[in-house]
Amino acid sequence: MEKSPVLVAAVTLTGLIVLGFALPDWAQFLMTIALAKGLVSLGIVAGMRCGVVSFGQGLYFCLGAYTAGLMSRWTGVTDVFLLTFLSVIVAGGVGVIFGPLLSRYRGIFFAMLSLSLSMILFGALAKTTSLGGTDGVNVAAPTFAGYAPEGGALATALYLFIVTVTVIIGTVMRIVFDSQSGLVSLAVRSNELRVEYLGSSANGIVAVSYVIAAILGGVGGVVTALAIGHVDPEYAFWTTSGEFVFVAILAGYLSIPAVFVASIVLEVVRSFSNLYFPNTWQLVLGVFLLVVILVRPDGIGSIKLWRRRESAGAAEPSA
Amino acid sequence: MNDIALETKNLVKNFGAVTAAKDVSIAVPAGAVWSLIGSNGAGKTTFVNMVTGYLHPDSGQILFQGRDITRLGPRTITRAGICRSFQIPQLCGELTTIENVLVAHAINRSATPSFFRRANETEEMGRALALLERFKIAEYRNRLMGELPAGVRKLLDIAMAMTGEPKVILLDEPTSGVATEEKFPIMDLVMEALSAEGVTTLFVEHDMEIVTRYSERVLAFYDGRIIANDAPNEVLSDPQVQRYVTGTPLTAS
Repeated sequence: MEKSPVLVAAVTLTGLIVLGFALPDWAQFLMTIALAKGLVSLGIVAGMRCGVVSFGQGLYFCLGAYTAGLMSRWTGVTDVFLLTFLSVIVAGGVGVIFGPLLSRYRGIFFAMLSLSLSMILFGALAKTTSLGGTDGVNVAAPTFAGYAPEGGALATALYLFIVTVTVIIGTVMRIVFDSQSGLVSLAVRSNELRVEYLGSSANGIVAVSYVIAAILGGVGGVVTALAIGHVDPEYAFWTTSGEFVFVAILAGYLSIPAVFVASIVLEVVRSFSNLYFPNTWQLVLGVFLLVVILVRPDGIGSIKLWRRRESAGAAEPSA
Repeated sequence: MNDIALETKNLVKNFGAVTAAKDVSIAVPAGAVWSLIGSNGAGKTTFVNMVTGYLHPDSGQILFQGRDITRLGPRTITRAGICRSFQIPQLCGELTTIENVLVAHAINRSATPSFFRRANETEEMGRALALLERFKIAEYRNRLMGELPAGVRKLLDIAMAMTGEPKVILLDEPTSGVATEEKFPIMDLVMEALSAEGVTTLFVEHDMEIVTRYSERVLAFYDGRIIANDAPNEVLSDPQVQRYVTGTPLTAS
């Protein structure tokens, strides 16, 4: 029997909340960052389901982060719910502008065009001294609907916030991926011509997935900025976008939990590699990704689907 | 109501120095079953591509139930009521047979499929399964495309086109690549389904037995032109058709 997404969400949320109180401070912070960045990679996965990979999600990650930084600096708004809402508006709005343009391209052209938009933002921010230039801006400590925690309580509150947001978004995305629209996305990935000749727009479906990715990028950015307390143009730099793609490839496009597992793995490997091999930690990541690609070309999330297909085929009469 | 389902007027299409359609004019009555014959490069598929919006003619006009569709794209034409199948079946290779049909149903329900309605809910699965049973391919429902025999792929391609409840359907070589013994059973199934829905049908075919058995009228193409347009026996006995399309029997000299 198939499990209800809401039940799965409730159990996951409860587990993550309990885990949060059990974790040491450094691990709680690491989880907060990993889940926030996992949201950005989930957006890339939404695109991968349509057959495109955005190499410029740093654009929306950065827009979300700067929304938090500049709003707290210019208007004094520190409420995490309001800042998240504003980041959705800003990132989603920019996504709506660029989505229809990018949706006309595929493959390397889509990837490079999305990257170029991100690098334009990087360059603009780095050269704009009123926005902090290359130094960026500090982000004020967030408040939670009037509640203003400090120190360890702030970190825990932010962890609980990102856990809740992640579970809600993960559940909504599960419903979307399982929906008619989600299935048509896979059809676009597989055969655009057929989708067009059935009467739907492949470009339109890619554009919608891009806007969803933009929104998720904005949410990931605002939470990361609030957790770190600082934003700078590096959020839009290509290496940042590359990390999101790394996680998406590691996870594959078949499973939502795999995206967050991959993001946590990246943060853990990065943290420990930085500690023990400070100059060669990228080497460790590279080897790790190589192993995953060789063993699981569709990512760590493919294991479950592979079993489902195998059992479905086994139940069939022979042709 | 207009009795002519599909009409083309003086269609011309050039690819550089090559003329793929020269002054192609036809008028297909509603409910008719016509076939298109011709050697490779004669312009049959170009004609199908123009009618379904994949290519636009350089000049001329295409009317569907009296409405000008000459400059419309495949998506709009499909939603208007003209569907097609392909010489090489265009299926979604990463999906199973039933998932392909679910995709077709989801799109036909709305050009923007629902974000919240489950793709595999009971009602949708029932409709998809009924369609597969109608085409006698339900036993392959959980197979990926790479595992399907050629005949099943052809039937699935046509079944997916049928989900749009078309008024006109164009089948591009529905039996090509299919084992000889499967050709007639496949055509019987397809024609029975199309006839039940009263769909105006044009099919491209190289097998003259199929053409004679299933079509009411034959269009013979050569060098981008229609060189004969008549009942099957008349067309197949036309000297020009025998010379350029079907070939003449060898005689001892």
